Amino acid sequence: MKFGVLIFPGSNCEHDAYHAVRKVLGQPAEFIWHQSTDLRDCQAIIVPGGFSYGDYLRTGAIARFSPVMGAVRRFADRGGLVLGICNGFQILLETGLLPGAMLRNRGLKYVCQQVSIRVENVRIPFTALAREGDVWTIPIGHMEGNYTLDAESLRSLERNRQVVFRYCAADGEITAGANPNGSVANVAGICNARGNVLGMMPHPERASEPLLGSEDGVRLFQSMIRSRS
Amino acid sequence: MQANLSMTAEVLEQHNLTQAEYDRILSILGRSPNLTELGIFSVMWSEHCSYKSSKLHLKRLPTRGPQVLQGPGENAGIIDIGDGYAVAFKIESHNHPSFVEPYQGAATGVGGILRDIFTMGARPIAAMNSLRFGPLDQPRNRQIMEGVVAGIAGYGNCFGVPTVGGEVVFGECYSQNPLVNAFALGLFRKDRIFYGKAAGIGNPVIYVGAKTGRDGIHGATMASAEFDEASESKRPNVQVGDPFLEKLLLEACLESMKTGAVVGIQDMGAAGLTCSTCEMGGRADTGIEIDLAKVPQREEGMTPYEIMLSESQERMLLVAERGREEEIVRIFRKWEIDAVAIGEVTGDGMLRILDRKAKVAEIPNRALTDEAPLYNRPVAAPTPTSPAPAPPGALSMDWGKLLECFLASPNLSSREWVYRQYDHMVRTNTVQFPGADAAVVRVKNTRKALAMSLDGNGRYCRQDPRVGAQLAVAESCRNLVCAGARPLAATNCLNMGNPEKPEIMWQMTQVVEGMAEACLALGTPITGGNVSLYNETLGEGIDPTPVIGMVGLIEPLSRLRSSWFVQEGHRVVLLGPLVGGARGYSSAVRHSLARLQPLRERGADVYSRWVSRLPCPPLDLDLEVRVQRACREGIESGLILSAHDCSDGGLAVALAEMGFSRDGAGTLGAEILLPRSDEVGEVLFAEYPSRILVTVAEGNLAALEKIAVLQGVPVTPLGQVVPDVLSVRSADSVVLERSVASLEETWRNCLGGFFADPL
Repeated sequence: MKFGVLIFPGSNCEHDAYHAVRKVLGQPAEFIWHQSTDLRDCQAIIVPGGFSYGDYLRTGAIARFSPVMGAVRRFADRGGLVLGICNGFQILLETGLLPGAMLRNRGLKYVCQQVSIRVENVRIPFTALAREGDVWTIPIGHMEGNYTLDAESLRSLERNRQVVFRYCAADGEITAGANPNGSVANVAGICNARGNVLGMMPHPERASEPLLGSEDGVRLFQSMIRSRS
Repeated sequence: MQANLSMTAEVLEQHNLTQAEYDRILSILGRSPNLTELGIFSVMWSEHCSYKSSKLHLKRLPTRGPQVLQGPGENAGIIDIGDGYAVAFKIESHNHPSFVEPYQGAATGVGGILRDIFTMGARPIAAMNSLRFGPLDQPRNRQIMEGVVAGIAGYGNCFGVPTVGGEVVFGECYSQNPLVNAFALGLFRKDRIFYGKAAGIGNPVIYVGAKTGRDGIHGATMASAEFDEASESKRPNVQVGDPFLEKLLLEACLESMKTGAVVGIQDMGAAGLTCSTCEMGGRADTGIEIDLAKVPQREEGMTPYEIMLSESQERMLLVAERGREEEIVRIFRKWEIDAVAIGEVTGDGMLRILDRKAKVAEIPNRALTDEAPLYNRPVAAPTPTSPAPAPPGALSMDWGKLLECFLASPNLSSREWVYRQYDHMVRTNTVQFPGADAAVVRVKNTRKALAMSLDGNGRYCRQDPRVGAQLAVAESCRNLVCAGARPLAATNCLNMGNPEKPEIMWQMTQVVEGMAEACLALGTPITGGNVSLYNETLGEGIDPTPVIGMVGLIEPLSRLRSSWFVQEGHRVVLLGPLVGGARGYSSAVRHSLARLQPLRERGADVYSRWVSRLPCPPLDLDLEVRVQRACREGIESGLILSAHDCSDGGLAVALAEMGFSRDGAGTLGAEILLPRSDEVGEVLFAEYPSRILVTVAEGNLAALEKIAVLQGVPVTPLGQVVPDVLSVRSADSVVLERSVASLEETWRNCLGGFFADPL
């Protein structure tokens, strides 16, 4: 599966995502500049983490206007796989490809640490190789990961099984103590109704080799690859 | 040129220039300088840029070795790590700005050191910082610390460099004078190194990066003066950082270097455009002529004086091959960054500044750089203190309670509150998370990893600056060895008081002497660094605080070791002496332990009070070298499974730390049997150097002992790894017994408890 990794001014996890899919998973991959509208026949697009446009104004608020995001939207509308990680998730929210918004972390500080997340929906291409209730160890690193949504929309999100990952304790229990940023309903990642666009705050590319402390992120990339093979 | 102004004593004082220095300027120029020229001299001859008080002494440091590709004098030192790769690294202080404005002061410190690295063509892959604050029970110190940590996080996280380690130390003397030393390390191919040289007469000089504003004017001069009550009003002297712009600058610089059109490049740090122009010219023995009208400016009506002295951040000066300017400008334009040719390299060795073609300053480059004043300032040793009294009799106290008190000290507790705010994982190379003895990042596409550590100890250096500096170097190397690395080279940051006081100069000479001795013994040359003087507020100087940043190589990566217990049943062994030799230290330790009774309640920092009364422990450099060699051999032969440096807080604290979990997942303890029952307190808590705690599988103990004996290193099997409990017995009794989980909770929650933080 050919992956396209977007680069915005201020992206800083694009090399990490590229390394994970290209070197660890052995897939073809290409960088795509924010000014481009040509997705180069990629079968999956990664909107990587970082601080696009310095996160000035509001996270993701400027990147959404990039020419490439128009192409990503059309790609998603045709059913293409789009994975937004961290700042990428924030950009997908601002673009409207995913519902909701991000607030500053409840503790008001940047948080970088390993967390446990529970896989809530395995019927989408991003998690097909996982079992429901699996607990993954995967790092987070963000200042604005406190996901929020009005009560009505949250009910609809839950009903449609669009909550894909939740922060949990090591045993899989969803607890307030396991929530690192105050996110509503412990949400760590959500997908669109169709299941082809996923946004998540944890970094699967940082959990893709045993040396880095976890390989659980590999299962996400493998699921994506399997879904299109 | 504009009319020469009459130099009043007041003008000179504003520029921190002495009358003698001014006379020297007159003789160099053969005329009076104008205000712009005076400003240029004042920043280049400031302590910060010229090292005028320290340079003569720094020459004693070893700087060469087969691994050293670039020693002091460039933007950063460079060492060879094999297979065509090299790393550039350096540490720099941002103490004064961080006191005036903690967030921006620390942030721009990080920005400056990152530019020093990527200006050489290396991509920064790791950052660390060494921080010192006053005690946290004072709100002002908490405010400074919170701002500094947030500033480092704000800059490093956005830029995309992992902040992988460092140190945080608290002491009374840092109350009005925090120390913020930022370290960065970058990786490149060794045939792709760029230098800050303005070579090639006629080559264009290109300004790239942020526009110039009025911020930070005279930052370098401020960093060369003491603080008084009026320091609050110096806030406009502190620069404001833009990490986003720096990230773009990084990418644009590295991309433009690939074209082959870049001849030389240097960042505009302290003293901005002034420093970069004259240093680049000075190194290449050329002159530089620039026209200020072409400099991108953020504000209108800036004078030549202001433009030349501005310390606006995120700017670089680049010399390109003539005729290839357009290639470079195009790359910067792609990254939406200004790139403007502002002048050219000349053959006359002069720094010539024009403003709309009118000459506003003209000074020989060398007068500003190599010919800056050098001082051999008077040195005076302090009167020696009286020797310690004879040791008291056997002590009996609740050692478990004392260990708890120590672990609850801000100086020994977990640094998680700090490093959780730093992105320490970006770039996916971090293979040892913060909290271990050394930070470790792997080098992708190789079998290598780089280990690094920052270490200083002001309280020892106050007692004995020479041995204290040796201890800092020794500990830094030991930390690397514990991670499985071979120490290669170091960078240093000397944080001291006012060099015009003879006793401070004495400290400096002693620190340099000790550092040189230890670096020679351990085979780790100093490849560069920074000196920060005038760390005094209201006449009170800090403890002399040299900070060492050591870099080592782990190869193959399978030699990487952590400092935690691995598995139940492993044997716990001490490499190095159980107690050291010196009677004076030993006696002082036992006296001060006796004075700790009765132990205060939680909240009082028992450890910091205790240790501040102790003399500097003795160091046998020869033994240190052998202990480190034994540990390396034990790791390389696969015997040693984990290793932990035994330093602050002594053996007991090190044993407890080895049991703490990395992520709160599970705990391991140890059953320890002390081979001697006298002096239990000294064995457990004294801070003797040259000691490493290691674990080995049961069957490998004899093989490890053999290695130690061959190296002439004392080796003591202490016990074994067990679940959940740390217990220490001596021949006849239980010395202490504690649940590791409860010790860990005490240790983990200390720092966060000082800050109102709901998470």
